[in-house]
Amino acid sequence: MAKRIDVSGLTAYYGSHKAIEDISMTVEPRSVTAFIGPSGCGKSTFLRTLNRMHEVTPGGRVEGKVLLDDENLYASGVDPVAVRRTVGMVFQRPNPFPTMSIYDNVAAGLRLNGNYKKSQLNDIVEKSLRGANLWNEVKDRLNKPGSGLSGGQQQRLCIARAIAVEPDVLLMDEPCSALDPISTLAIEDLIGELKERFTIVIVTHNMQQAARVSDRTAFFNLAAVGQPGKLIEIDETERIFSNPSVQATEDYISGRFG
Amino acid sequence: MMSQTIQDRRRPAAVQRVNHLSHARLPRWAQPAIAVASIAAGCGIGLAAGWHSKVQWGLLAAMIFVLASFVITTRVEGARQAKDRVATSVIWVSFILAIVPLLSLSWVTISKGIEVLDPYFLTHSMNGVLDAAPGGGLYHALLGTIEQVALAALIAAPIGLLTAIYLVEYGGGTLAKAITFFVDVMTGIPSIVAGLFILATWNLMLGFGPSGFAGSLALAILMMPVVVRSTEEMLKLVPNELREASLALGVPKWRTILKVVLPTAIGGITTGVMLAVARITGETAPVLLLVFGTKLINPNPFEGAQASLPLYVYEQYAVGTDASIARAWAGALVLIAFVMLLNLVARGIARWKAPKTGR
Amino acid sequence: MATTAHSEVPPPKGPAIETTKTKNKVRPGDRVFLGLSRGSGITLLVIMAAIAAFLTYRAALAISKDEGNFFTTFEWNPAGDPPVFGIAVLAFGTVVSSIIAMVIAVPVAVGIALFISHYAPRKLAAPLAYVVDLLAAVPSIIYGLWGAIFLVPYLGGLNKWLDQYMGWTYIFDKSSPGVARNLFTVGILLAIMILPIITNVTREVFLQVPRMHEEAALALGATRWEVIRMSVLPFGRSGIISASMLGLGRALGETMAVAVVLSPSFLISGHLLDPGGGTFAQNIAAKFNEADEFGRDALIASGLVLFVITLLVNGAARMIIARRKEYSGANA
Repeated sequence: MAKRIDVSGLTAYYGSHKAIEDISMTVEPRSVTAFIGPSGCGKSTFLRTLNRMHEVTPGGRVEGKVLLDDENLYASGVDPVAVRRTVGMVFQRPNPFPTMSIYDNVAAGLRLNGNYKKSQLNDIVEKSLRGANLWNEVKDRLNKPGSGLSGGQQQRLCIARAIAVEPDVLLMDEPCSALDPISTLAIEDLIGELKERFTIVIVTHNMQQAARVSDRTAFFNLAAVGQPGKLIEIDETERIFSNPSVQATEDYISGRFG
Repeated sequence: MMSQTIQDRRRPAAVQRVNHLSHARLPRWAQPAIAVASIAAGCGIGLAAGWHSKVQWGLLAAMIFVLASFVITTRVEGARQAKDRVATSVIWVSFILAIVPLLSLSWVTISKGIEVLDPYFLTHSMNGVLDAAPGGGLYHALLGTIEQVALAALIAAPIGLLTAIYLVEYGGGTLAKAITFFVDVMTGIPSIVAGLFILATWNLMLGFGPSGFAGSLALAILMMPVVVRSTEEMLKLVPNELREASLALGVPKWRTILKVVLPTAIGGITTGVMLAVARITGETAPVLLLVFGTKLINPNPFEGAQASLPLYVYEQYAVGTDASIARAWAGALVLIAFVMLLNLVARGIARWKAPKTGR
Repeated sequence: MATTAHSEVPPPKGPAIETTKTKNKVRPGDRVFLGLSRGSGITLLVIMAAIAAFLTYRAALAISKDEGNFFTTFEWNPAGDPPVFGIAVLAFGTVVSSIIAMVIAVPVAVGIALFISHYAPRKLAAPLAYVVDLLAAVPSIIYGLWGAIFLVPYLGGLNKWLDQYMGWTYIFDKSSPGVARNLFTVGILLAIMILPIITNVTREVFLQVPRMHEEAALALGATRWEVIRMSVLPFGRSGIISASMLGLGRALGETMAVAVVLSPSFLISGHLLDPGGGTFAQNIAAKFNEADEFGRDALIASGLVLFVITLLVNGAARMIIARRKEYSGANA
């Protein structure tokens, strides 16, 4: 049930510091949108405003609107817990629950949200692990701790955990930055499969990765250190990388800064 | 609705979905309102049933509060939110219930202690003061405590410090492992057992009488493991690059330790030693066994019974007259002030030195 | 390393190294320093060994002349003819009061630690942590004084109430009148005393929970309580256990607070609200003054038992922590 995201006039703060300013964009359903830009430009902050994780950080505060199809995530009366349930997230460093088994890690989100029979849980866990291309590697040790897997496997486990609850959107915050090239490739392939079912937004430092996996790319930049980050442009990935409309984008992509 | 690519053909694995981002929620004023109502109900019932102890009123109010917020939240917001709400309530309630006795303790000590406390009290002993009569002071006890604690620190601090240096800078072998293990064991020794040990050796076997120094020995035993632990932590924080840089210049190891490692960690080490001193200052049990207590000023810690602050508090309480209990409170206040001063200064040093040792 | 080759070369003009006396004697300096620090370590070991040896020796002297059974006798009369003394009452009182203290203090301390680390408004959290830190340093005699003068009368009402409504549980049946100088009060006072200690250690562990584990739970749509249950408590479990054991060690060995609050007697009674009972440490403090040398040996024997109990508690804590570590998987 992939959904469209419509952001308008979004500004986010850390305490009194303005981290990103006045961002508006549309993210198409069943596509991969990549956020690129120099360090500190606020792309991760922006990503975290899309499932209301930004306000978890002390002093975090958001102004503006984020529409998920037609519902505003920041309308009064909206429960952030329900938002995060619908908008899943995968983090920079793989973070499976260290005290839980592989199985329990995948089932964690489901157990929070309802009563499932054992057989139903088994089905969903298998389906999610297959969906994350991890099933064949772990099917014989589902009861072993998730922390015993390799980094790449752990990250796919986290993806399985996120998709097990069937979110509408999947946010990925530099999911490959802590992984080796082979694991990175596995995750990139996986992203290609997942976009058939989910709206995917991925933050990446790696421009080749953005070019390989994404349909659309958004470029963020900041005027100077201490200034808020801004969205410079968003367009088809191909255009951004071949013929961007803004000079700063071209400078960044051709490696002139950042 | 759901995309079909990997979607199973098997039927049951559908995920139960919540389709609303928003649901009914209690207004913000609900929680305080429930709290006020619960307190009212607790006091009302307590009054009606004629319970004397306010403790019971409070407990009842707390129980009503937790129960009411659970029922109301379940009704309005659902079971998960209710559980969350109850957890929040229980945690708040446990905090408030726990803070009450601790606040009471501080308040009572200060308000009662201040009644008798004046310069005369600080500068005079109990010499010739009758138990039931007001007057007298704790100069002798203050003096005794300072001497005993200083002696204990003189014994324990160097041994503890050097042991920690051995463990961190030269450690790794079997001896270091044994020392680490026994320092752990030593941390758990009850203070009265340390007192008994000195009693068994110094007094019973070697035949010495009670003295401030005997108390210092027991206090030193209690202080050593604390100093070792905290110093060890601080030395471990000193980055290895510093040691290597110094050794690479051809500076011998012991000078590296004295001139590079210790100065870097000195703030933290001082804090640790002072906190250990603060801890032993309040120890009563070994002092009771070994120092014995006296009403007179005895400036010599090596000869004859001495007084000490915690012991003074205990003795004045045990006498049980109004005047002596007032003195006990004043003694308690002086003792607390002394210990807190040590704590505050120690923490101040830690904070002041922190930026230099950090990183 | 080529230290010998350098030993004649003057040190680089660093102003920090100003003493010239030891410059040429590098190796002796090292040897002396190593000897000093190793000697200190060995001193510690010797002290520990001496404590065990001397306590055992004096205890053996006393127990060999004990005409009662040291472990089962309900009496403490080493000055009698024949001398009869046993630790049964003391063991019972020590264990019961410590259990009461733990049952109350551990959950409340975990609650306060969670409050400071996850619930309190941020501006309140830091000063609160500081205050709890300071409270842990309050000397036990002051807790005792406060307990005897304030807590005992206060708990009188609670005792009456418990007797009236919970008397059927046997343990809350108050069969003899008198003020609340009983094991129940001692347990509560010990709980209040060890609360700051357990809270401090637990709070520090909670603050070390990696942010990413909490965010993992949050991103799955967990409520605050669910985050705590999924990531904070599992991570902090061994910390809670070791903090509790630290508190238990304090409660078992606490002397003055118990001595001041309890009105002791050599009886074992399941009625916790009846005055009476005793603990190892309290008994030593109370009987010490009028004891002759043999009486002191008898007290030392009881102190040895206390020492062994605290050793076992500490050892158990360490084992639990060590085993926990293997499971938690060091992937933080």
